[in-house]
Amino acid sequence: MENQILIEARELSRRYGATMAVSGLNLTLRKGEILGLLGPNGAGKSTTMKMLAGCLAPSGGTVTINGIDLAQDAKGAKSSLGYLPEQPPLYPELTVDEYLRFCAGLHRIPAAEREAAVTRSKQACGLVEVAERLIHNLSKGYQQRVGLAQAIIHRPPVIILDEPTVGLDPIQIREIRALIKQLGESHSVILSSHILPEIQAVCSRVMIINKGRSVYSESIENTAQHRVESVIAGLRRPPSIETLKGLAGVNRAEALDGGLFRLGVDPGTDPREALAEAAAKNGWGLFELRSQSKTLEEVFVELTSGDITVHETQKAA
Amino acid sequence: MSTVLTIARVEARRIFVSPLAWAVLFVLQLILGFIFATMLFGYAQNAQVADQYQGVADYIGGGLFGFATVLLLLVMPLMTMRLFAEERKNGSITLLFSAPASLIEIVLGKFLGLVVFMLATLLLLAIMPLTLLSGTHLDLGFIAAGLLGLFLMMLAFGSAGLFVSTLTREPTIAAVLSFGLLLLVWLIQIVANQQIPFAPVFGYLSLIGHFESLRRGIFNTADVVYYLLFTVFFLWLAVLRLDIERN
Repeated sequence: MENQILIEARELSRRYGATMAVSGLNLTLRKGEILGLLGPNGAGKSTTMKMLAGCLAPSGGTVTINGIDLAQDAKGAKSSLGYLPEQPPLYPELTVDEYLRFCAGLHRIPAAEREAAVTRSKQACGLVEVAERLIHNLSKGYQQRVGLAQAIIHRPPVIILDEPTVGLDPIQIREIRALIKQLGESHSVILSSHILPEIQAVCSRVMIINKGRSVYSESIENTAQHRVESVIAGLRRPPSIETLKGLAGVNRAEALDGGLFRLGVDPGTDPREALAEAAAKNGWGLFELRSQSKTLEEVFVELTSGDITVHETQKAA
Repeated sequence: MSTVLTIARVEARRIFVSPLAWAVLFVLQLILGFIFATMLFGYAQNAQVADQYQGVADYIGGGLFGFATVLLLLVMPLMTMRLFAEERKNGSITLLFSAPASLIEIVLGKFLGLVVFMLATLLLLAIMPLTLLSGTHLDLGFIAAGLLGLFLMMLAFGSAGLFVSTLTREPTIAAVLSFGLLLLVWLIQIVANQQIPFAPVFGYLSLIGHFESLRRGIFNTADVVYYLLFTVFFLWLAVLRLDIERN
């Protein structure tokens, strides 16, 4: 089944003393999706991921992994799961090979297949040359890769990665992103980050969490398309502003320098085609036409800036 | 069960690749070797003291094992402090928590790994009196009872230390607290010697009282059961504590 649901979290909440770290969060991950969790620091991303990975019991709500309830059959649910926490869970005194062999055993890979699993995972994460070295002596980037190798060694249907590129250099970041994209083809991935371009580069869907609630959940495609805010048009022989305002889908128009005009757009419409046709018919001399869409960053800032309360942002979203 | 063994194997490996284990074994062996040699010379020079004891096994074996318990009380907290505290500190505990392993399996695996270290200690301790086999008629049953007593004592120390290690994220704090806990349970014996109500109960609870008879070569099921119950109790507490942490 193509759209099989691999993780489903319903009304997930977590309380630390008096603070609600996460409240009433719903999350669904289908097969083949890479879901990006975005949020400012302290929004509840890590807490959510810990709960999904079974390292933290939710104060309320349920988590189902691959159809198995995490609270009722923790072992069964966790066997479909690979988890890389914020800090990679490594044993620095072991070599990469020893560590990965242990992880393979821990995930109940039969003894006969362990070596093959270790080799496959090392190759996927580019660890072959450092296999004999102590984890303690590896650089941060390689340690991160060992953590990633650990999460995929048993080929779990679901992989949860908490800020997988933090502390890496730009080349390593690119490599890890490529690896995650590759993983996304055969696994489902949940990825948290506060780096917006990273989410845009890697994920197929994005979810923004603020103050423990989900305030936005949309596919990356929709995020790019639905948010056309304004259109910039360059006209050599422009008509009056009123004429431009009269075009279908345009709600305001203003002249900029150099024959450029900014046209405000009604939500959900795109007046570019109509404008091009009108310009050709009336000889306005169209020399430039581009849309200005709301970037993920603007969406993010709008939804998570401190002045707006959670309830207002939910209405806005 | 295979999960328990997998965890135990790696735990034992991690204990023995750390210099701490070798330093501890070195110091134990150095001090106990010194004690052993001193006792041996004392026995050889002053043969009449042997009359007060039941032979060389009692004098040297019993004396050595008695001293070993004090040393083990000092060093076992060092071996148990890392078990959970360090894992929590460097975050590797999540590997175990997110793996398909129950808390009981995790605790048992860690403990079994530690048991490998205990067996190594026991072996080193056994070699010294066993060298006497070449020149004396050693009472092997006596030595065996003493070693069994030491092993049971280490199980008890280890389980209490493991539990304390689940309470904190600082290994040194775990070491200090488990040393304090062990010493306290040890010293209950003093209370038992006072003229107070329930004195025998305190005597029964004390760690050292049950070792005394094993050290003297007397095997009593009650003593063995005491140590095993003590061990199971603290391992169970550790499981409960980890479960609370997750909630």
